[in-house]
Amino acid sequence: MELGFTTAAYVVAAVLFILSLGGLSGQESAKRAVWYGIVGMFIAVVATLIGPGAGLWLLSLVLIAGGGIVGYQLATKVEMTQMPELVAGMHALVGLTAVFIGFNAHIMIGYVDNHLMEHGTVLGGALVDGQWVQSVEKAVLEPLSAFGQLIAKKTTVEVTILKIELVLGVWIGAVTFTGSYVAWGKLSGKVDSAATKLPGGHMLNAAAAGASLILAIIYFSTGGLLPLVLLTLLALFIGWHLIMGIGGADMPVVVSMLNSYSGWAAAAIGFSLGNDLLIVVGALVGSSGAILSYIMCKAMNRSFVSVILGGFGGPAGEQMAVEGEQIAIEADGVATALNEADSVIIIPGYGMAVAQAQQGVAELTRKLRAAGKEVRFAIHPVAGRLPGHMNVLLAEAKVPYDIVLEMDEINDDFPDTDVAIVIGSNDIVNPAAQDDPNSPIAGMPVLECWKAKQVFVSKRGQGTGYSGIENPLFFKENTRMFYGDAKQSIDKLLPMID
Amino acid sequence: MKIGTPKEIFEGERRVAMTPESATALQKLGHICVVETGAGLGAGFSDADYKAAGVEVVKTAAALWKAADVVAKVRAPDATEMKRLREDQTLISFFSPVADEAKMTSAAKKGATVVAMEMIPRISRAQKMDALSSMANIAGYRAVIEAGNNFGRFFTGQITAAGKVPPAKVLVVGAGVAGLAAIGTSTSLGAITYAFDVRPEVAEQVESMGAEFVYLDFEEEQQDGSSSGGYASVSSPEFREAQLAKFRELAPEVDIVITTALIPNREAPELWTEDMVASMKPGSVIVDLAAEKGGNCKLTVADEKIVTDNGVTIIGYTDFPSRMATQSSSLYATNIRHLMTDLTPEKDGVINHDMEDDVIRGATIAHANEVTFPPPPPKVAAIAAAPKKEAAKELTPEEKRAAEVAAFKAQTKNQVTLLAIGGGLVLLAGLYTPASFMQHFIVFVLSVFIGFQVIWGVAHSLHTPLMAVTNAISSIVILGALIQIGSSSGVITFLAIFGIFMAAINIFGGFLVTRRMLAMFQKS
Repeated sequence: MELGFTTAAYVVAAVLFILSLGGLSGQESAKRAVWYGIVGMFIAVVATLIGPGAGLWLLSLVLIAGGGIVGYQLATKVEMTQMPELVAGMHALVGLTAVFIGFNAHIMIGYVDNHLMEHGTVLGGALVDGQWVQSVEKAVLEPLSAFGQLIAKKTTVEVTILKIELVLGVWIGAVTFTGSYVAWGKLSGKVDSAATKLPGGHMLNAAAAGASLILAIIYFSTGGLLPLVLLTLLALFIGWHLIMGIGGADMPVVVSMLNSYSGWAAAAIGFSLGNDLLIVVGALVGSSGAILSYIMCKAMNRSFVSVILGGFGGPAGEQMAVEGEQIAIEADGVATALNEADSVIIIPGYGMAVAQAQQGVAELTRKLRAAGKEVRFAIHPVAGRLPGHMNVLLAEAKVPYDIVLEMDEINDDFPDTDVAIVIGSNDIVNPAAQDDPNSPIAGMPVLECWKAKQVFVSKRGQGTGYSGIENPLFFKENTRMFYGDAKQSIDKLLPMID
Repeated sequence: MKIGTPKEIFEGERRVAMTPESATALQKLGHICVVETGAGLGAGFSDADYKAAGVEVVKTAAALWKAADVVAKVRAPDATEMKRLREDQTLISFFSPVADEAKMTSAAKKGATVVAMEMIPRISRAQKMDALSSMANIAGYRAVIEAGNNFGRFFTGQITAAGKVPPAKVLVVGAGVAGLAAIGTSTSLGAITYAFDVRPEVAEQVESMGAEFVYLDFEEEQQDGSSSGGYASVSSPEFREAQLAKFRELAPEVDIVITTALIPNREAPELWTEDMVASMKPGSVIVDLAAEKGGNCKLTVADEKIVTDNGVTIIGYTDFPSRMATQSSSLYATNIRHLMTDLTPEKDGVINHDMEDDVIRGATIAHANEVTFPPPPPKVAAIAAAPKKEAAKELTPEEKRAAEVAAFKAQTKNQVTLLAIGGGLVLLAGLYTPASFMQHFIVFVLSVFIGFQVIWGVAHSLHTPLMAVTNAISSIVILGALIQIGSSSGVITFLAIFGIFMAAINIFGGFLVTRRMLAMFQKS
């Protein structure tokens, strides 16, 4: 097939990808949108396989099929509570692929250089103004692959740019790979989720980044393999160390940031291969991840930099002392209040995911709704470990999505609510964010559940949340603490609801 | 331990300190319960009810006082009961350490422990045992009901075929527990309810109950009730004048006045003067909940209902909780039960009278042969002092408009600066880079723009599917590997094989898991 046809196919695929992302604006249109994405991917792969430059298509098909089987297994076996790990793990794969392709491009440059030398010409044998000094004969180009031919036709400046793009692709890809790997480890509990740093902290990262820049410049001038390998190793280190230094609750930002990186890596690879489709998709994914990170940071009222640099800033002054007592309540008390309530808002958090309590919560919702009560869910943007994590868990448990509301939609309704139930969330319902200007989370938008007539907090035990900040909500007069594992607590509660 | 409740001796007292329900809970703490025969009759609990709850019923008061280690009752003990009180016995009841000082001293001498329910400190932890509040709540409710009983009209306004009925106007003075309960009852009966309190911070609570808070035109800083444990304290003469002037203004309008103003350890303040009573319409009702302490209205006669010359009924009953004995007994018994829970921390039926505990220390007035009144100030302040709030300045329309214009200008400036810098950088890059690069660059920049536009529209609830799908499509890097795999170099082919395999995992995994997730989203 001709190059023109492949390009046309790419245009179609690009449009489909854009529609696929745009379709995610609503639950119903999203179901159609996934198909756009799938068809787009299919067109792109087929067009490449039958297009110019591709070889070993049988092997390629076998590999795709093999990957497909593994992917199918992963996608069907994964628990919805494990989604954050899966997403992080898949980012790692994209990152590593980008590194491999980048290295291939490097090898190809060397190969083409050699090949041209053998035929008496040099790489970049063209003037900057575009006039050919040496004509590269067709016979010389013939044995090269399409990508090889592309490189062979480049001018000196273009070759340098190619190297820059290649280095960027490899570097971002490598950071994404180890970063996502660590994020995966933290999310699946294989690595301690607390923030840990090597001595030197962010100075190490900065030094590694500086060294990478120097190595990149050396690489541009020499084109040797060694600087590229060293640079890759440094990038791998940065990715590992950067994410190790970020705690569990900041994972929504980390995962969306890595999502963004995987996109930028794809775009950089697209530049080096001169492939517009890769650039388009990479840019789409990159900006998508960037927006998600922005939304997450906004929801925590923290700057992106402060999240990445890890840890909360010290309090600006003495925090307000919390007075009163956490009053415990048993399941029968909660059940009585629920049976009497007309309107209930449930605020789920990561604790619900950890305890796998979503089925119980959904059952509770069904029972309460069957009794004619208004039950709604309030979702804070950073609840859970992945943007939208809670929505997926609730959807899995068959909670209708039209009663699952965002913070801004529901925050004004708390004063008219009889019972608010907080299940496994802490900082996102902390009134200190509004009341105490010295609190480390001051200014963070929070769910104002304490305005409800009664609040029940299902929590493992006393103690502070991820941020280590005391939560005055637990001491309020209308708050009762329902201690215990979320799943067991809900199961105890269920038979008492009529 | 054996917890016993005798029949109340006080004339007309129908409440009882232990109900079958509270006895069940007390038994769970490891205690044994015993009552005097007929103790619960006035509150509607028969001996059989108690027996069914596992409570021992004894014939005489004397036998009960002898058997019980802890005696829980409602009213303070009279002389006979004081004689029966013995060493190492604990008495829990209402017991005013000021009015009954002699009894307190004699109990201490005997070596008995006395826990006075009205001395339970007002901290949030102790709310569950605060019998004053639970009794006040009932008094507030009952006050409205008594008023209604003596008021010749509806509370709620109606327009019927037989004519129009105006709604009753109720004024509640003092928005403490009793006042708030009265406000709630009155508004739910449909009356137009006004409420006044010297503590302006309760205005919010009053309004939340559906009543209108009566504000005074008074400049002086009004008192902050939190400094006195949530109770009102004495106000300045000027303030009092302003308050009375306001009441004079309201008196001819309102049909029902419920006064609940009490200041701890003082005579009730006079708030509803004789001239206000005189200016009220005939048929109006005044319920004075402060009657026991002299009344907020000087015409009030304690424990009686009187009608003035101009036809205003003034109710001065002091036994409102006793008039609703079943309800008040169950609340009081629950207060006692909570106190016992704190006294029995191990739930093993052994009482640990912990004098380090703020609540227990505060309520205990006699212990270990000593009078332990007054208690030291509690370690925890009752109510956090309200931080002084700066009132947000109301912006005039012009100021708002100016602010909007300024914001718009700042935004424009921001955008233009960004565009200028971005554009400059791109132009600079264009000067030094070849056309082939710039072609791809255009595609890149436009794609980023499209990405930003499209992604803002994505629903928050679909962020996880969004990540999964972007994951799948970012595996488009497979195209790079597909192009490279045909290379003559072995290393390239090798790396490309891995690339294709991993990207394929991602493509299939990503799309499938997205579809799985989206299929779960169901509309109700």
